[in-house]
Amino acid sequence: MKNTAIGALLASAMLASPVLSEELTIGLASEPTAMDPHFHNLGPNNAMARHIFDRLILQNELQQLEPGLAVSWTPIDDLTWEFKLREGVKFHDGSDFTADDVVCTWERAPNVPNSPSSFATYTKGKSVEKIDEYTVHFKTEAPYPLMANDVSTVTIVSDQGGCQGTTAEYNDGTIAVGTGPFKFVSYTPGDSIVVERNDDYWGEKPVWSKVTFKPISSGPARVAALLAGDVDVIASVPTTDVTTLEKNEDVSLSQGVSNRVIYLHLDHDRADSPFVKANGGGDIDNPLQKLEVRKAISMAINRDAIVDRVMEGVAIKAGQLLPDGFFGVSDKLEPMAYDPDGAKALLAEAGYADGFELTIHGPNDRYINDAKIAEAIGQMLTRIGIKTTVETMPRSVYFGRASRGGPNDTPEFSFILVGWGAGSGEASSPLKSLIATHSPDKGWGSSNRGRYSNADFDALLETALSTVDDAKRQDLLAEATEMAIDDVAIIPTHYQVSTWGTRKGLKYVARTDEYTLAIGVEKE
Amino acid sequence: MNAAKVETPLGRFWSEFCESRIAIVALIVLALIVILALLAPWITPQNPYDLAQVDVLDGKLPPGSEAYVGYTMWLGSDGAGRDLYSAILYGIRISLTVGLAAGFIALAIGTAIGLVAAYAGGRVDTLIMRAVDIQLSFPAVLIALVLVAILGRGIDKIIIALVFAQWAYYARTVRATALVESAKEYIEAARCLALSHTRIIFRHVLPNCLAPLIVIGTVQTASAIALESTLSFLGVGLRQTEPSLGVLISNGFEYMLSGRYWISFFPGLALLLTIVSINLVGDQLRDVLNPRLKR
Amino acid sequence: MTAFIIRRLMQAILVVFLMSLIVFFGVNVIGDPVDMLISPEADQAEIERTIRALGLDRPITEQYWYFLKGVATGDFGKSFIFGEPALQLILQHMPATVELALVSLLMAILLGIPLGLYAGLYPDARISKGIMAGSILGFSLPSFWVGLMLIMLFAVILGWLPSTGRGDTAVFLGIESSLWTRDGLSHLFLPAFNLALTNISLVIRLTRAGVRETMHQDYIKFARAKGLPERRVISVHLMKNILIPIVTVLGLEFGGLLAFSVVTESIFAWPGMGKLLIDSLLQLDRPVVVAYLMIIVLFFVIINLLVDILYSVLDPRVRLRDQNT
Repeated sequence: MKNTAIGALLASAMLASPVLSEELTIGLASEPTAMDPHFHNLGPNNAMARHIFDRLILQNELQQLEPGLAVSWTPIDDLTWEFKLREGVKFHDGSDFTADDVVCTWERAPNVPNSPSSFATYTKGKSVEKIDEYTVHFKTEAPYPLMANDVSTVTIVSDQGGCQGTTAEYNDGTIAVGTGPFKFVSYTPGDSIVVERNDDYWGEKPVWSKVTFKPISSGPARVAALLAGDVDVIASVPTTDVTTLEKNEDVSLSQGVSNRVIYLHLDHDRADSPFVKANGGGDIDNPLQKLEVRKAISMAINRDAIVDRVMEGVAIKAGQLLPDGFFGVSDKLEPMAYDPDGAKALLAEAGYADGFELTIHGPNDRYINDAKIAEAIGQMLTRIGIKTTVETMPRSVYFGRASRGGPNDTPEFSFILVGWGAGSGEASSPLKSLIATHSPDKGWGSSNRGRYSNADFDALLETALSTVDDAKRQDLLAEATEMAIDDVAIIPTHYQVSTWGTRKGLKYVARTDEYTLAIGVEKE
Repeated sequence: MNAAKVETPLGRFWSEFCESRIAIVALIVLALIVILALLAPWITPQNPYDLAQVDVLDGKLPPGSEAYVGYTMWLGSDGAGRDLYSAILYGIRISLTVGLAAGFIALAIGTAIGLVAAYAGGRVDTLIMRAVDIQLSFPAVLIALVLVAILGRGIDKIIIALVFAQWAYYARTVRATALVESAKEYIEAARCLALSHTRIIFRHVLPNCLAPLIVIGTVQTASAIALESTLSFLGVGLRQTEPSLGVLISNGFEYMLSGRYWISFFPGLALLLTIVSINLVGDQLRDVLNPRLKR
Repeated sequence: MTAFIIRRLMQAILVVFLMSLIVFFGVNVIGDPVDMLISPEADQAEIERTIRALGLDRPITEQYWYFLKGVATGDFGKSFIFGEPALQLILQHMPATVELALVSLLMAILLGIPLGLYAGLYPDARISKGIMAGSILGFSLPSFWVGLMLIMLFAVILGWLPSTGRGDTAVFLGIESSLWTRDGLSHLFLPAFNLALTNISLVIRLTRAGVRETMHQDYIKFARAKGLPERRVISVHLMKNILIPIVTVLGLEFGGLLAFSVVTESIFAWPGMGKLLIDSLLQLDRPVVVAYLMIIVLFFVIINLLVDILYSVLDPRVRLRDQNT
């Protein structure tokens, strides 16, 4: 008895012995635009909301679903999902969490005034019904297998003010009241966001009593702030600094593959594509419509060089739309092997032995090293005879033109570098947006900037998206992915890897969704 | 000095210029830089603008490394695999072109407008000065962004953006000095003599505005080159595949903490040498050309 | 004088209006804000809903008309990104930038004028040549590069000063500012110095040029001949005459410091207006950009007005002139 007591005492003394401050300062690469969790469906906002609020279903660091404010969710018929809610959870103001909060959240989330990007994407087509205080039913008009994924993106607020309040009231803190592991303290745009520990949290209590987030958008400055000891953790360590920081004893790094694939989209649609020219600048029939040419381009890309040299090893070469381990990826697909001679042979076979001229367009402030990747690809294609010009521009100019810059709101460019992060954490997200036939009415192909269209693929995806059985859906999605990749609908180059830096003694649990969360910062 | 020697104006100018040893050194350095830049295609191992000659596998090599393609990169290579020695010589051409062209055009436009404003007065003056107000409050980034969106990227676009950003400075300063001069008696005398306006402006007012103008001119030419670099840093400058010194520096910026100093250090050094020598030559020119400094 | 000021203020209104027109249409040319705002996962219906919600579905001229109507009642529109009134957002970020600009201007004057005077009075001294050569360094390197170097040296290697961000604030004389705390000042030093570098060089060079020029003028010779002490000759006769170009340029530069400390604020993560501007510009947050530049142009008009008034004080020969004089 005595021994165990001493043991416990010792253990607690050992735990407490490194007299570390319980306060944490985190340097963020990009700042949330509001404290209102429904205002802007944007990575930094969603990450910040995870501190103060909870969701019914949480996504863990691998974006797998875990019980949050809901303890279970099951389909009770083709059109209805039953969610059992967690009992005994309290909001920061002391009020109880009940089904009413879920119902009013579902009302509010898609309808925030002035919202630049609402949560309607996830709430649409689903109605919620209160059965009792701790049970709700979500209903859809057609069988919908992705119910849990969609629900896992919506943040629950309180019906005692939270549902009725405005974005401004969230920003000044009056109704920034959630059930989450931290409580709101202050928000100064551009300067800092401060939260403190919620000692009554229903889940695992955070280690940190107070956390300050500071936005430091410049990469080298963020690294300098970590080195100078002004912050304890930084998000998005620039790839250029990874090697040096690995050698630095005062700093430790955490890395994890993200859900973002970087890929090339090619113009499948127009017979005369504006940025593809014959040698010397004349018009030619769009060679990108030929499978051999698309394959040749994919073969000409030295993915190892991109990963090792451009990304400094901080990336994984890609052969499909999501990295291994995600739901719906194919285990048959490998990244295309680098083979410049094979590429030249394929070009010759397609009738372009002397190549042609091409312009690659890309953003220069959106993805990690985006402009450098575009330039490297330009070099590689030029070397197999496709004389390539590299045009990069700020995303504010780029995305509008890439999506609708041409006549009749068609995509302007012929060959572009883009990225896609699968927010839902499974393969239907990129398949539906990037590969499916562009169809505004159906809501498919919204980012299909190459206007790839394949009826067989569409049918297959349609089947997959109405298959509720997980195992079957997984196989169908993998099959659809293989169909798209075999036809070179897009050319994936690599998956981004996110890197966090912490001062010595701390460790960050890397996440695939690129979120930087204080609960993920652990003491070593 | 040999008293018997006949003194031509040019000869006098030259001998006065040579009074400063620093200025001579600067002139020689500047001449060397210009010659090297002009000869770039013949004395560099690589054409850094030809993507077929640049290989990302040669990227970030430290100075003195043997390149994949078979020559030694004495100053190392940048992130995309450009030989820095070649890229710097080519880059100087672009930077000088951009800086001088933007500087001269802005100076000419700004001075002309400023003189007109000061001399004409009245509504013309008001109109011009309010246009200057608008121009000064207009960020170069916005101009560059609009130009990139409409016209794409390129040297000519960046020059336009820089001229837009800078002419107002000259106009404002010239007008201020010219106002002081116009109020002086000798201008009044010239007016009484019924000299033509152009004559008064160019022969009497302008020469007296020169001193502050040259100071601002040399500074602004240098800052045009630096501004071009900043625009590239913000992503709206020159094309990355045809780098100027400024683009090289802004590309090297992200490598500064990683120990690969050469990527921004050597282009930075080249830029520094160029600008310092331009300014030292400019300083001496100003002192020599200024009649009021004659002892 | 009063009539002069009133007329200038009337012109200011016109200038601000013109600015809003140019910027409103200019930003529109760059790209579509919806692409910057919307989640990539959103479908066409959601995109269109957002476009309608932000009023972007109407013709641009109509949007401008609504904007003008709003401005007439003091409403500059709401930021697309933050959903807050643009004006409020700008005012929120203003104090941080004002203190940065003031400190940096002060540095430029306190360092630039004495050094320039010295270099002008003793042009052949070795120190003077050093000052002049050094002053060239101030504007020949891009400020983002110098900024990071300063952070590396003073924050990372030496550890004397904090690397980024704004320090603690305190309230003094009813003004909340980081100028009143030690922590605040230590955070201010590096960004202010980075921002001041170009201006220090400029002031040094202008002062020196002015001194060299003026020293040979008759009235200086007279003053000396009268037997006035050198100190008085310099502080009264000389200074008064070289100040005009310096005041002009510093006036302009102060406006520039307030409006466009974009790069410095980005590198040092300074929560000021410059960073707000560049972020808004790169994300096409039109209401903020338009309101911002309308305010800035008003600043410049006022600064220029003050500079003109200062002229007439410094040099009575310059009459305040405007239309019909």
